[in-house]
Amino acid sequence: MPEPDFEGYTCPVPIRPRENIVMGHGSGGSLTHDLLRRLFLPELGTAAPRSLDDAAILDVGGLRLAVCTDSHVVSPLFFPGGDIGRLAVCGTVNDLAMVGAVPLALTCGFVIEEGLSLEVLQTVVRSMQAAAAEAGAYFAAGDTKVVQKGGADLLFINTAGVGRIPPTVDISGANARVGDAILVSGTVGDHGIAVLSAREGFKFETELQSDVAPLNHLVETMLQAGDVHVLRDPTRGGLATTLVEIAQQSGVVMEIEQARVPIQPAVRSACEMLGFDPLYVANEGKLVAMVKASDSGRILAAMRATRYAAEAAVIGQVVRTGEPQVRMHTAIGGTRLIDMLSGEMLPRIC
Amino acid sequence: MKFIDEYRDPVRVQAMLRELESAATRPWVIMEICGGQTHSFLQHGLDAMLPQRIELVHGPGCPVCVTPLEQIDKAIAIARQPNVTFASYGDMLRVPGSRDDLFSARASGGDVRVVYSPLEAVEIAEKNQDREVVFFAIGFETTAPPNAAAVEQASRRRLNNFSVLVSHVCVPPAMEAILGSASCRVQAFLAAGHVCAVMGYHQYVPIAMRHHVPIVVTGFEPVDLLRGLLCAVRQLETSTARAENAYTRMVTLEGNRAAQAAIDRVFVPVDRKWRGIGLIPLSGLGLRPEFAAFDAERRFHLADVVAEESPICIAGEILQGKKKPPECSAFGTVCNPQHPLGAPMVSAEGACAAYHRYHPEAATHA
Repeated sequence: MPEPDFEGYTCPVPIRPRENIVMGHGSGGSLTHDLLRRLFLPELGTAAPRSLDDAAILDVGGLRLAVCTDSHVVSPLFFPGGDIGRLAVCGTVNDLAMVGAVPLALTCGFVIEEGLSLEVLQTVVRSMQAAAAEAGAYFAAGDTKVVQKGGADLLFINTAGVGRIPPTVDISGANARVGDAILVSGTVGDHGIAVLSAREGFKFETELQSDVAPLNHLVETMLQAGDVHVLRDPTRGGLATTLVEIAQQSGVVMEIEQARVPIQPAVRSACEMLGFDPLYVANEGKLVAMVKASDSGRILAAMRATRYAAEAAVIGQVVRTGEPQVRMHTAIGGTRLIDMLSGEMLPRIC
Repeated sequence: MKFIDEYRDPVRVQAMLRELESAATRPWVIMEICGGQTHSFLQHGLDAMLPQRIELVHGPGCPVCVTPLEQIDKAIAIARQPNVTFASYGDMLRVPGSRDDLFSARASGGDVRVVYSPLEAVEIAEKNQDREVVFFAIGFETTAPPNAAAVEQASRRRLNNFSVLVSHVCVPPAMEAILGSASCRVQAFLAAGHVCAVMGYHQYVPIAMRHHVPIVVTGFEPVDLLRGLLCAVRQLETSTARAENAYTRMVTLEGNRAAQAAIDRVFVPVDRKWRGIGLIPLSGLGLRPEFAAFDAERRFHLADVVAEESPICIAGEILQGKKKPPECSAFGTVCNPQHPLGAPMVSAEGACAAYHRYHPEAATHA
């Protein structure tokens, strides 16, 4: 096997290839995509279709099963609006829901740093059970490993999930069609800014809550209300990266209206201060959908009647097929292109 | 959101664009000094809405971009040492030195931390007195006062494990250098509003007069930028050339005296090399002799690190406004935000990064 070449085959410049993984490889943006395309898929990709959706779909004796896995590392373990346990369950439940699957069973793997208090662990586990119960799923298997002090940051949790896809459902990032309305289920950036504020000790006038939530019931509601083509939860990399991914998978050009993207004032202020773009900040309880335009009103109304999508909005549409692109009409009347997050999101200097 | 929405009001923006259209009867080349302004133009799509007669060129006002390669290499050398905690503003981590960046130093075991304020680094030093804590003190006149405060705090707390790697730069000498260059095309400047909030704008009065060039103190929101452009164009159209304040809600002629005093207590003007531009006399700030104990370069004996730039990267011409990012042969191909060749592709304020994020299509037309 040749060595994986992260530098790109055309690069003649004297900057050494990265020999190590850097944080940006886990950001969900283009470095993550690089790693996937250049290392994981060539080494591991086999018979499973490489749709790169949030969950894989397996045909088992005529029954379509969705399978996915997700590892969770978050500092601090507890943050306003959630904790690592709720996050670990919702992450996997939502990955299943984003291919239209009804979650059935979950597994959980714990990597625990020596010294973690049992009380903390119990609180996290109870939170996991509560989230699973809300989603209507149960834990079918689990595993525990303990590592020496310093070998992990308190607690890492992996979850995997299996779900059943109803026969008529066909949801994929490759299914966006010209004319589709683009919907987002609520305010973006809440989770990323809530966790960052908790970690760095920022104080804002209103305390921000993470939006972490299981979205499978919302998805069921949407599927009943109309024709849904694409679903995805804009986690790491945020709304912007997710839209670019979908545009690439579907081979389409999208246009969104900046002024229509719901953003909480506190998130906007925090982003203005830190030099972040809220479109790139992580969400854990939101979804993006491309739906048949004529059904969008009905779907939107159904979404708004649910617990986690009261502020759902239509933010744009799929305008044509062709060179994948996401264009944004800015609030002042300009236009710019939206790109994927590259590397880690970094606060600016001044 | 107050102080944001009214300055991004589309009706106001359209009205000002019409005003600008009728004010500009001839082509004018105007440089926005600050990378924050460059990003704002591109982030809002405002650059493409301007009258065609107005050409923007992007200035050297990105602190990440102009920090010289040697200083980055020194930072990496310090960060790789075992007993060191190296604290930096976030976007410095990705800037390539001659071989790698601070991210790589962290990935290979260095204790590199992102801080939001230099005072956090002082706190880290106080709590970890068995470790050397080094803060990367970079930036323009905006970051100099807090960095000065950090050094004073460390001195007051008698911390002998805290030091700063200083690479401060100042705006007025860079403007003089650009104006002094034979190939200078810039006919007017939008000065950086936040720098002027600290320093005032009295320093620009003699520069405007000496070089007969309008210098307009300008903010960062679309309405602020348009107001700055309008003032600049009106001066140009009437052959006026003076320092003018178009950011009165933030800036006064004399600036923030307390912040200036903090800078003067800790720092003194020194010659400074600017990445991509070269040495500009008395264009930087260095520690005063009485604070030499806090100088990381002395503490780690790093005086003679030298470094070579990538031969392809045209950061120097970009930073002087002689070329635009898409005119670079590496733009968007071998040089992109994941693998920047030069600093302008790194920082959120760098001109190349701004083009790459907001006009990625430019790469294919270059």
